[in-house]
Amino acid sequence: MKKRHYLRRHIEEGLVKVLMILSFVLVVGSLGLILVTVLVKGLPALNLAMLTQTPKGGYYLGKEGGILNAIIGSLYMAGGATILAIVFSLPIVLYMGTYARRSSYADFVRLSLDVLWGIPSIVYGAFGFTIMLALGMRASLLGGILVLTLLEIPIMTRAMDEVIRMMPFDLERASYALGSTRIETATKVVIRQMLPGIVTAILLAFGRAIGDAASVLFVAGYTDRIPTSLFRPVASLPLAVFFQLGTAFPEVRQRAYAAALVLTFIILAVSLGSRWISGRLSKYTIK
Amino acid sequence: MDSKRLRSRSFLFPSRATKDRLASGGFFLITLLPLILLVAMILALVARSWPILEIKPIGELLTGRIWKPLQGQFGFFPFIIGTFWVTVTALVVAVPPCLLSAIYLAEYCRSHTVAIVKPLLDLLAGIPSVVYGVWGVVAIVPAVQSVKPFFSRWLGFIPFFVSDNPTGFSILTGGIVLAVMIVPFIIAVAFEVLRAVPNDARRASLALGATRWQTIRYAVLPQSFPGIIAGVVLGASRALGETMAVLMVVGNVPNIPKSIFDPAYPLPALIANNYGEMLSIPLYDAALLGAALVLLLVVLFFNILSTLALRHFVRRSKV
Repeated sequence: MKKRHYLRRHIEEGLVKVLMILSFVLVVGSLGLILVTVLVKGLPALNLAMLTQTPKGGYYLGKEGGILNAIIGSLYMAGGATILAIVFSLPIVLYMGTYARRSSYADFVRLSLDVLWGIPSIVYGAFGFTIMLALGMRASLLGGILVLTLLEIPIMTRAMDEVIRMMPFDLERASYALGSTRIETATKVVIRQMLPGIVTAILLAFGRAIGDAASVLFVAGYTDRIPTSLFRPVASLPLAVFFQLGTAFPEVRQRAYAAALVLTFIILAVSLGSRWISGRLSKYTIK
Repeated sequence: MDSKRLRSRSFLFPSRATKDRLASGGFFLITLLPLILLVAMILALVARSWPILEIKPIGELLTGRIWKPLQGQFGFFPFIIGTFWVTVTALVVAVPPCLLSAIYLAEYCRSHTVAIVKPLLDLLAGIPSVVYGVWGVVAIVPAVQSVKPFFSRWLGFIPFFVSDNPTGFSILTGGIVLAVMIVPFIIAVAFEVLRAVPNDARRASLALGATRWQTIRYAVLPQSFPGIIAGVVLGASRALGETMAVLMVVGNVPNIPKSIFDPAYPLPALIANNYGEMLSIPLYDAALLGAALVLLLVVLFFNILSTLALRHFVRRSKV
């Protein structure tokens, strides 16, 4: 009787462990499967012309040209949005971290940021477009940048906030003890100590913005040209994938795969790059 | 301290204390931005969908089954039910492996394995939704199409698995793609919640001779269960609003689906496909923004609830 019980316990333990490892392999395997699919489909379609040319006449029927317009457009939009988002995110984080440390107001701001983070990007897009209609603006690079900025602020702020909360209070205390004001502590001590986290947060938000299609669907438009001003419409990589995958021409669909590969590559580079940079910068922080 | 100098006020060269106060005020104003944005979003959507909310009772809109904008019929029901089924399918597919993986990561793995796997999960979370969509179109749509005859032959007595949809663009496809998208999210939350359970509970259980699984089941899971549920709800609210990947694989037919192999037309896809065009049809844009409002309110509800719950659980166990 006792032995059977003993045996059952061990069978149960083993069974659960096998199930866990299986589901774990399933999860990691699906990531591998996605990357392999994108590589296998995208690599044959990728060539130099694709990366260095804008679409020529008849491009969407399978003629010559490339997706340079979408690559540059995406970089413009996500880059501009990231810079704007930093301008808003840093003050919010510093306020929550130094001025309103451990206050219920900071918790409330955190909650509103978390809620904003969860709002579907299509709602951001629709909201942005109604505002633009009300202001008489047309789909443009500026519209895309502004909507992506709104999308990025919660992501960037919360990512930075997680880092600042980990920061030892002793450092700030030492700074105050030397007679510095809160703003001086924030800009000269806290920012420096948080630098690796700030860089990671910025690149995280950049990655989200460059990959988001639903929010820029209405506000940025789509064009074959590289925009020359903020008020021109702009192409983007996610929309290049989306529009070209839906066509009936196999050659055009090939290009959707190529665009997807370029996009995935940018995301991978940003992700690895942020790890590398924050690793390099962390030597300037006090552990 | 030279208090006179610290307090001196000059417009061009503010003292350090003035700078501090200026920054405090300015920063405070910027922290209001998220809240303002949230309120502005709701107000703008209400204002723009008001023309249709004014004429038609909200109940009729939500339960109306016919979507014919040209004839002025705007029933959201097929879209709401489509969203519901795709999300439920995604949760059914995603939750069991997510929980098992999270338990494995939090309870069994050594810390350096976690250090390798977490970046991979972050990577999975960072892949753009159109790339998931490409994967769905290339890999999952044909796969679903090829397993469908098998299902209708062996499980045909369950109406859920029978469909006359000839393609693989279906609820199941959308659900699978969506499941993979929310996996990293749910795992990350569940992992945090499990980690927040104090080690004393584990030690006490192990000391009594329980196996590791018994420890997890009787000592760790009961404590972390509410937090895990909150994580799943948070994942579900992500799934509700996911647009592009689902739009690309779910078929987009505004009928009420009867089986998981039928196409569906979730709310976000409806907005993405139609908003911005054909705004000359009366009430059409009001109806679409009404759909966005419904989506926003549902997501907000789940989101606020689960975020508050999660905060409560994770904080309580950290103290």
